Amino acid sequence: MGGGDLVVRIAGESGEGVISTGELVAQAAARAGFELLTFKTYPAEIKGGHALIQLRLSDRRLYTQGDRLDVLLAFNQEAYDRNISDLKEDGLLIYDSGEFSPPSEEGRRRYAVPLSEIARTQLKFELGKNVVAVGVVAALFDLPKEQLARLLQEKFGRKGDDVVSKNLAALEAGIRHVREQTGGRPLFQVRTSPDTRQVIVVSGNQALAMGAIAAGCRYYFGYPITPATDIMEFLAAQLPRVGGSVVQAEDEIAAAGMVLGASYGGVRAMTATSGPGLSLMVEMLGLGAMAELPAVVVDVQRAGPSTGMPTKQEQGDLKLAVSGGHGDLPRVVLAPTSVEDCFWQAINAFNLAEQYQMPVILLSDTVLATRTERIPRPDLSRVELTGRVLYQPAGEGDGRDGRFKRYALTSTGISPMSVPGQAGGQYVATGLEHSEMGRPRYDPETHQRMTEKRFRKLEMAALEAPPAERHGDPRAEIGIITWGSTTGAAIEAVDLAAEEGIAAEALAPRMLWPLPAQQLAEFVGSKKVLIVPEVNYGGQFADLLAARYRRELVRVNDYGGVPIRVERILRAIEEVRQHVG
Amino acid sequence: MLGDTALTERTIDEYRSDEKPTWCPGCGDFGVLNAAYNALRDKGYDPKDVVVVSGIGCSSRIPFFVATYGFHGVHGRTMPVATGLRVARPDLHVLVMGGDGDAFAIGGGHFLHAARRNLDVTYVIMDNSIYGLTKGQTSPTSGVGFTTKTTPRGSVERSVNPLLLALAAGATFVARGFSGQPRELADLIVRGMEHKGIAVIDVYSPCTTFNKVNTFKFYREMVAPLPPEHDARDLGEAMARARSEDPLYLGVFYQEDAPTFEDGLRDQRSSDPADGRELLEELFDRFS
Repeated sequence: MGGGDLVVRIAGESGEGVISTGELVAQAAARAGFELLTFKTYPAEIKGGHALIQLRLSDRRLYTQGDRLDVLLAFNQEAYDRNISDLKEDGLLIYDSGEFSPPSEEGRRRYAVPLSEIARTQLKFELGKNVVAVGVVAALFDLPKEQLARLLQEKFGRKGDDVVSKNLAALEAGIRHVREQTGGRPLFQVRTSPDTRQVIVVSGNQALAMGAIAAGCRYYFGYPITPATDIMEFLAAQLPRVGGSVVQAEDEIAAAGMVLGASYGGVRAMTATSGPGLSLMVEMLGLGAMAELPAVVVDVQRAGPSTGMPTKQEQGDLKLAVSGGHGDLPRVVLAPTSVEDCFWQAINAFNLAEQYQMPVILLSDTVLATRTERIPRPDLSRVELTGRVLYQPAGEGDGRDGRFKRYALTSTGISPMSVPGQAGGQYVATGLEHSEMGRPRYDPETHQRMTEKRFRKLEMAALEAPPAERHGDPRAEIGIITWGSTTGAAIEAVDLAAEEGIAAEALAPRMLWPLPAQQLAEFVGSKKVLIVPEVNYGGQFADLLAARYRRELVRVNDYGGVPIRVERILRAIEEVRQHVG
Repeated sequence: MLGDTALTERTIDEYRSDEKPTWCPGCGDFGVLNAAYNALRDKGYDPKDVVVVSGIGCSSRIPFFVATYGFHGVHGRTMPVATGLRVARPDLHVLVMGGDGDAFAIGGGHFLHAARRNLDVTYVIMDNSIYGLTKGQTSPTSGVGFTTKTTPRGSVERSVNPLLLALAAGATFVARGFSGQPRELADLIVRGMEHKGIAVIDVYSPCTTFNKVNTFKFYREMVAPLPPEHDARDLGEAMARARSEDPLYLGVFYQEDAPTFEDGLRDQRSSDPADGRELLEELFDRFS
């Protein structure tokens, strides 16, 4: 097999090192210069059940983990049963022949490796099974051994030389086993990337947490929840190093309340949660919107409703993010489209929250959060921070009597904000409707004018939407509008359609609320057919678009808890082709 | 103009806002408000350096009547707001004020955690054993048999003992005051503000409109100062006197020195914090 991509899936019992095996290969491959994107899924329980990690390697930028497998490495019978249907017709099956023997199949190549046996008898190191598997996978596409050896050194160095040398021997055994069968030639030839920019290899959650640090966030308040917890863990290790803190709250309402308290105190603070936590935080979104306090709330979506499937993919929280809460409640909703974008959208979230003094919800999802991607090393000189408009004594926002009008009615809706400690800036932040001075008022005029003020800010925020991701032929009559991690599948579908001679273009706004009219109107107007793929049942984004643009939309919805397949979107493009010239 | 030095002699008027209290005539909360003004004046805190945090309820309107900074949040969430504020701004004096429903019903979970963290705030609970703002329903500190519109046949729930709850949760300063004794109450609030760590002050603050049981008259007959021999360092003694139903003791039941939450977090921060960019470049190196 020459050139192109290689998609490898490693599957087995959860808790037995399946994921770490894949991670090791992924890390080494990225360091060796391959473009890389991974996907993993595991049960919500710590041990037991089925886990898998999928790696896709290429010489060009990747957007998804790949629909079909070139290689399946099955550690046991269950892993084989659950995954064999995803293996390409001419794919390669590798299996632990000490564990099970799969039925023979026409077309597919099979490759028995007695992983457990090699570890047990040859190496006398039973735990080395996974590292033997690393060697096997690495040898398939000639991954430089030095990279792996260095990683093993980094990983096990703390445990002493003996452990390191045992693991190196296991690696060697895996590589040797493959070479003996293949005569030394790698089975797959994948080229490394010509992109020579500096890169880092991170997950979406790591990128997002680093983006928050870059945005000046020094305080994090949160309650552990899958799949958002590692943002908190990452920041718990890092924020004290830059003079900040992470506080584990007693629940999500408290976490969001702490963010508002800290923000009132003048600092940049955030929380991260998943759908069940966002449900609880809705109360605080209302308070933040009414008291006009900047707040960043990250929702790493998982499959719901209720506890749902904690480790599985869904884009099911959009409606909650956009409209959760009682009353007319302005808020901004952003969604990153890739791991790299998690970094940059975290910064945008803080800027918008600070500038418009309102909650900003950053909607990530399980796939983005947990996958590892090789991305360009972020250029920190590109980071631009905008802060809140601060109260200047005797400046704008002061009443004639010298008393501070915290909620002064301005043309932009933005009122200068004081920070405790500023003399003359005293005010009461309140969830009650209030006058410009911040005093409770219930008269019709006040409520109308203050509601309009709060929504003026939202209109302003829409004008500052980060640019949408666009991909494909701008003259195409087939348009795809998507968001979040589904963007990757839409991009690849557009490319595959182009290979079939079908012109299509994808648009993925990064601001989902308010709807970025400038980005959407032109796109919607220029397309004859609009396809809206999402990982949810009814088409939550499609509903927002349909209500605004009164257009028939082709909704493509997957809701099995797995990422949408590129093929699914490609089929939709092929089907609508008849409707266009 | 407000002076900057802590030593400035201040007057009560510097802490009084021009917003008129919304309370019914004769409400116990007036006494608490006056005690708070006096305590702030006694401490001489600059109003710009004080934040009064409250929740929802009649008593929680109090930040509007004080000329300091204020945060009138949502029902039950005073402690989360105060926690975030103190973590970010340990230089500010934070006075948390609110009612018994706010503290022990909807905010009960938060109360427990603020107490065990030893958050350095003074929490004045204006306890009237009734929901007043919603016009008279039973509260967590109402007694068994208490008849209201939501308990027309009498409440069948035992009441929360705020002091025992605070003591069990690990609060490091636990006191009780009475709105009918504003001078003593002001003194308790001062001591609470001087305490390093959480100071929980439960204050009998009668509702003259909806609670016909826990009245000023009732409390005047029932309260007594803690006896001079009371040892506030003894948790067992504090608990025993907190359980007394006759008399209902007033004063500082318990006080202990313990590290505060804010100091604990501060001690975990690098003494020479890195710049964000430096840290990120280091992290990028690690991930490359």
